[in-house]
Amino acid sequence: MTDKKTIKIAVTALNAIDSPGPGVSVIRGLREAESFDVQIIGLSYESLEPGIYMHDLVDKTYQIPYPSSGTSALFERLRYIHEKEKLDMIIPNFDAELFSFMKLAPELDKLGIKTFLPTVKQYEEREKFNLPAFGEKYGFNVPESKAIHNIADLYSIGSTFDYPLVVKGKFYDAGIAYNIDQAKSYFNKISAKWGLPIIIQEFVHGTEFNVTGLGDGEGNTISAVPIRKQYITDKGKAWGGISISDKEMLDLTDQFISSTKWRGGFELELMKNKEGKFFILEINPRIPAWVYLAVGAGQNIPEALVKLAMGMNPKPFSDYAVGKMFIRYSWDMIVDLEEFQQISTYGEL
Amino acid sequence: MKIKKNVAISDSGFIFNPDTGESFSANPIGMEMLEMLRDGMDYEEIRKNILDKYKSEKDTVEKDYNDFITMLKQYNLIENDGQKDD
Amino acid sequence: MEKLRYERPLIRKLESDMPNKFGSRTEFLPKTHIDGIAVKDLINDYGSPLFVISEKNIRETYQSAKKAFTTRYPKIQFAWSYKTNYLSAVCNVFHQEGSWAEVVSGFEYDKALANGVSGKKIIFNGPDKTEDDLRKAITNDSLIHIDHLDELYTIIELADEMKQKPRVAIRVNMDTGVYPIWDRFGFNYENGQAWDALNKIMRSGKLELVGLHTHIGTFMLTAQAYGTAAYKLADLAIGIRNRYNHKIKYIDMGGGFASSNTLKGAYLPGTDTNPTFDDYAEAITSALINSDFEPGNLPLLILETGRALIDDAGYLLGSVISNKRLSDGRRNTIVDVGVNLLFTSFWYDHKITPAREFTHYVEDTVLYGPLCMNIDVIRENVSLPLMNKGDQFVIHSVGAYNLTQWMQFITLRPKVVMIGSDGKPYLIRESESIESITAYEKMPEHLKSFKL
Ligand SMILES: Cc1ncc(COP(=O)(O)O)c(C=O)c1O
Repeated sequence: MTDKKTIKIAVTALNAIDSPGPGVSVIRGLREAESFDVQIIGLSYESLEPGIYMHDLVDKTYQIPYPSSGTSALFERLRYIHEKEKLDMIIPNFDAELFSFMKLAPELDKLGIKTFLPTVKQYEEREKFNLPAFGEKYGFNVPESKAIHNIADLYSIGSTFDYPLVVKGKFYDAGIAYNIDQAKSYFNKISAKWGLPIIIQEFVHGTEFNVTGLGDGEGNTISAVPIRKQYITDKGKAWGGISISDKEMLDLTDQFISSTKWRGGFELELMKNKEGKFFILEINPRIPAWVYLAVGAGQNIPEALVKLAMGMNPKPFSDYAVGKMFIRYSWDMIVDLEEFQQISTYGEL
Repeated sequence: MKIKKNVAISDSGFIFNPDTGESFSANPIGMEMLEMLRDGMDYEEIRKNILDKYKSEKDTVEKDYNDFITMLKQYNLIENDGQKDD
Repeated sequence: MEKLRYERPLIRKLESDMPNKFGSRTEFLPKTHIDGIAVKDLINDYGSPLFVISEKNIRETYQSAKKAFTTRYPKIQFAWSYKTNYLSAVCNVFHQEGSWAEVVSGFEYDKALANGVSGKKIIFNGPDKTEDDLRKAITNDSLIHIDHLDELYTIIELADEMKQKPRVAIRVNMDTGVYPIWDRFGFNYENGQAWDALNKIMRSGKLELVGLHTHIGTFMLTAQAYGTAAYKLADLAIGIRNRYNHKIKYIDMGGGFASSNTLKGAYLPGTDTNPTFDDYAEAITSALINSDFEPGNLPLLILETGRALIDDAGYLLGSVISNKRLSDGRRNTIVDVGVNLLFTSFWYDHKITPAREFTHYVEDTVLYGPLCMNIDVIRENVSLPLMNKGDQFVIHSVGAYNLTQWMQFITLRPKVVMIGSDGKPYLIRESESIESITAYEKMPEHLKSFKL
């Protein structure tokens, strides 16, 4: 045990709530890594992110400024944390913060902090409003999508889209609208929270599948695990899912990784229509919250991600257990007020 | 004007109201005012203490004090005994 | 004992939310000096509110833009877009740096001439050039960018009458993948209007076709749109060469580069996300270099960059008038700067910082101007330190469009100061007086007197 190297990794998205961030699942994967030991530094935005209080998983947590404060504020804070903690690596897990971390990656590298993130080009190409161009360039079926900046544009898109259509936020949130009034209401709701643009997407009928995986940035698939979500909450989040063996989905994932040379973790949201054709609905440029199912099925994606970042050349996974399930549950922790006070007044716990 | 007795005020600027479960934070001058209110000082005394210690003016302190009290009331941190002593 | 600095007392409820776009963009780091001069002294000497322009910043920004292009392309010319900021002192900094003038009205044209720009180095854009404007431009041998067919016919007639060969270009609009398309200006590329206008020019034999122009929009957040536009103009230029054996001299890509401001509704700040000069330059020059121009024979590349060159050089200084609470308990702060001076607050979440040190305690505030109108909002939600009456602040990146689109409404417009490269302040525009407004009014005889 002692001959294993200890790596100090900072992880974000500790909000293991009903619409969970991936941080806690990523950390569980890291804690179970066979090739190294870890010390985990949590990075939180809010004082009630549950991960902050999970001391068996997270050694210490620091609050960091919101992405909307700009990269210079974020960098200052990370530098302070690094001075105290001497981080080896950061794994950011929120869509909304990825861009900032991608921008900072070279600066962080100079401090000796590794990341393993997609390139800005990869990140932008797969943005929801670029999906049609992405599909055309790499040869994937994708739904028609368009970015709009103005609620009035909902009237003019009628010629391209039939109802129902999907109204999506730039980072998060989506709703299915069956008429223009519903579309308007989603536009207002989502743009108030996540800003503009709003993405209007063709609604594809069928069965939804998901794949999580890891690309090495050279076009090779390090990991790929397809699942079907079995239970979806009213927030659209999986509460149960099962790993499946679908050759076509694995081929599609390989094709995605090799054609884009995808670097880092990702999640593909897929829809299989009645004719059996797969559509890519969304490409999330980070590890999903249900990644622990992949770990449980034999592919420890967080561990492999760290190895990629640290130059430890992970071997591509060749197999995983089919029919493994995850069933999520909620768990009430008992926390002393002092701890909450500590993180909310000093930003550290 | 009295701060509710069971409201917990810690040196770090963290305030907890056990009646409602709400927590708050205050800046250093806010903390000082809270402490003075808790010690039962009236407005005149509080103003004098603030003006002795800080560069400011009577009007400014009065306006800010009143605004601060409004917020304390809004947050239910003030004893609701109907008395009005400012 | 020295008394301590006062700050208003603050108590804030701790709320837990997931991060969203209203997550505080905390702006408590003070901006105490501009180019070495204390904000406090500037306000003391020139009053509040006050526009301040940094000559040093203009020159540095210009040089970095120029370098982005000259390192990638052999022939570059900037033309200062007058409408962005036509204070003569500002224009002349650009002219000293080597910029030509780009104007869109007879007024701007005369201003450029008065500043000493030679007619040959004035680019005349816009849909509303009067016959007199055109005569003047033809006489001075200026570069006339034709916007529509009626203008084209007028110029052909004038050429006949004046026995001169006007130098012209056409403005082209096109689909660059960014919507809406600015297709109300110029001739469309995709539907053949542009070719139609070019054929009319070439067949008339009366005009000298010297260039092709486009201006695809303003505050463009994707550099690639410029690549598409440059490619389409290059395609037209090569078509003209093949069809008429005529080589155009320049391609003018217009303006539209984003400044560092943050658009309303954007989640991340503009400083992080907006493309850089290098990004734009890479897109434009690689499209031109990879087109079918012979390598030794590339056309001159003209840029009419406006806001990206001047926005960051402009500051608006102001003072807090009062703090209040809205009926819902939210803090609001009234300042002496309104939308009459800061037109761009309709589009941007301008960065605002205090002019002196404060503690790190902040409060979410609605920032209102002093106009008696509900639209007078400078920032709908900003996290500011605990500023009180009389405290001064600095609004950043206001150099573009505000000093041309400002309104004289219920009050007079303030002074504008330029801090020279020598570090000294120069008054470049006086504040208005009541006479500056009433001097233009006329009173009918029967309204001159009244009894109350
Ligand atoms: C023809 C033309 N050129 C240049 C500009 C300057 O544009 P910007 O300030 O966006 O760079 C404008 C502005 O509208 C314009 O209309």
